[in-house]
Amino acid sequence: MTSVIEIEGLRKTYRSGIRRKGIDALNGLDLSVAGNEIFGFLGPNGAGKTTTLKILVGLLFPSSGNARVLGKPLRDLSVLSRIGFLPESPHFYEYLTCKELLDFYCRLFRIQKAERSKRVDALLLDVGLENAADLQVRKLSQGMRQRLGIAQALINDPELIFLDEPMSGLDPVGRRKIRDMIHGLKSRGKTVFFSSHILQDAELLCDQVAIIRKGRLVTQGKLQDILAPKQASYEAVLTDIPDAAIESLSRVSESLDKRDDRLHLVISGRDNLLAAQRIVVDSNGAIDSLAKTRGSLEDTFIEFIEQGLEGGKAG
Amino acid sequence: MKIWAICLNTFRETVRDKVFILLVVFAIIMIIASRVFGFLSIGQEMKIVKDVGLGSISIFSLLVAIFVGTTLVHKEIDKRTIYTIVSKPIRRYQFIVGKYAGLNLTILVNVAMMSAFFYLSVKLMDGTWSFDLTMAILLIYIEVMVVTGFALLFSTFASPTLSAVFTFLIYLAGHLAKDLRFFGEQSMNIYLNVLSTGLYYILPNLTNFNTKNEAVHGFPIASTFYAYSIFYGLFYCAILVTVSSWIFKSKNLK
Repeated sequence: MTSVIEIEGLRKTYRSGIRRKGIDALNGLDLSVAGNEIFGFLGPNGAGKTTTLKILVGLLFPSSGNARVLGKPLRDLSVLSRIGFLPESPHFYEYLTCKELLDFYCRLFRIQKAERSKRVDALLLDVGLENAADLQVRKLSQGMRQRLGIAQALINDPELIFLDEPMSGLDPVGRRKIRDMIHGLKSRGKTVFFSSHILQDAELLCDQVAIIRKGRLVTQGKLQDILAPKQASYEAVLTDIPDAAIESLSRVSESLDKRDDRLHLVISGRDNLLAAQRIVVDSNGAIDSLAKTRGSLEDTFIEFIEQGLEGGKAG
Repeated sequence: MKIWAICLNTFRETVRDKVFILLVVFAIIMIIASRVFGFLSIGQEMKIVKDVGLGSISIFSLLVAIFVGTTLVHKEIDKRTIYTIVSKPIRRYQFIVGKYAGLNLTILVNVAMMSAFFYLSVKLMDGTWSFDLTMAILLIYIEVMVVTGFALLFSTFASPTLSAVFTFLIYLAGHLAKDLRFFGEQSMNIYLNVLSTGLYYILPNLTNFNTKNEAVHGFPIASTFYAYSIFYGLFYCAILVTVSSWIFKSKNLK
């Protein structure tokens, strides 16, 4: 599959003060994103996520390096008409109503009047703001603003959508709604590139992730490949286990704890799990509950960041 | 269409941001002027009303130009409203031209409404309205367009406070441009002479837009002066917008 985003050796240095002292926000970033996937762009605060997004949508100019979006150079107007962008904690003209604001964005794409009205109504419905159509932006809640931000990012039915921290400031219900919308976009053949520091959301959404630190790529790959090397672990609660079997179970488990008539086990690795299951069946015991507690993206993320801190590993 | 969209949007925002509250203040000043000054200066009341009317239109338009103009671009970056606009398929000059046109449209409506009120005040006092009064208002508007152009230019790279100070200084210098040249010519120092002549040509000569006195007292003004002043003002605006667009073209929107 061809890449929709290609970044090679991208650098961005912010200069400030009289001496024009430079701070490197991006330090030779390389990245490639394939089409029709949900791509999570992860990293700690100050890693360069927002800077990268701003360069890709034409708000910032890179100090050096190359980047191509949808096969074309940055700030190409034909590219800007095929992408959507939601900035972090988006701000809009406070005195315009949601409808007026979306109509304004439509005009920037030269969408004709009849089409504008249809598109604005449909988008307001999609993001659940149909009842706030005539409400001024300043009267919207944080969650409503975020959804209005998504609506403006989709105003041109873009092929590629950049979302900068789309879940920030949202309650669980709001986050769920945005997640559903992102899944919906993928099912319509779109590519979603989003930055986040909420790893749980990234884990639930992404086909592929990249982790960056200090403006460099630390790792990139499919979520299952990044998480695969980590040994999965399981938590089991067993009942009716005879004492003889407890001895056998202790050999295949990491920890074993007997509370009342229940046995709580932590088992590491699939082989040990299968062995434990056999012991339970053979001893006529029962499995009350079993849950996988494999290494999460958060564990992986922290591990990569810490590795980076120690050795400066770059991918 | 894109420039028009940004222009219309700027107009709508400034109007809803209660810029027109100044009109109420203007109306109150006009009512007070026509009542109070009329008593104080028997026989001169009409001149006073005209003087106060033109002066107020000029000051209130300048206030909008400086205070709204200097925040025009900076506020968009500071409040981050610009992110969702410049990431759309528009050229950066279109944004600058749209913002400039939008503020000028706001000021135009402001000036038109103040002028209507001014006209009514004059007519209610049985005064005469001359063509030169209309032209004086038009030139005030063109002067404000030039000042707005400077406010826009400064707002592309400086903070609103600094931009306001710079714009105000330009406004003052623009009214002293002729004196500046005169003093330079009187000076024996060649460097001072060159500097003052240079500044005279670079700074806007805002006295070209001031026909208030002539209009109030009924002194004749040549139509060629009007034509020259209008052309000079519009040409100056075009240069300011071009330079602003050029600066903004390569600006990093952090």
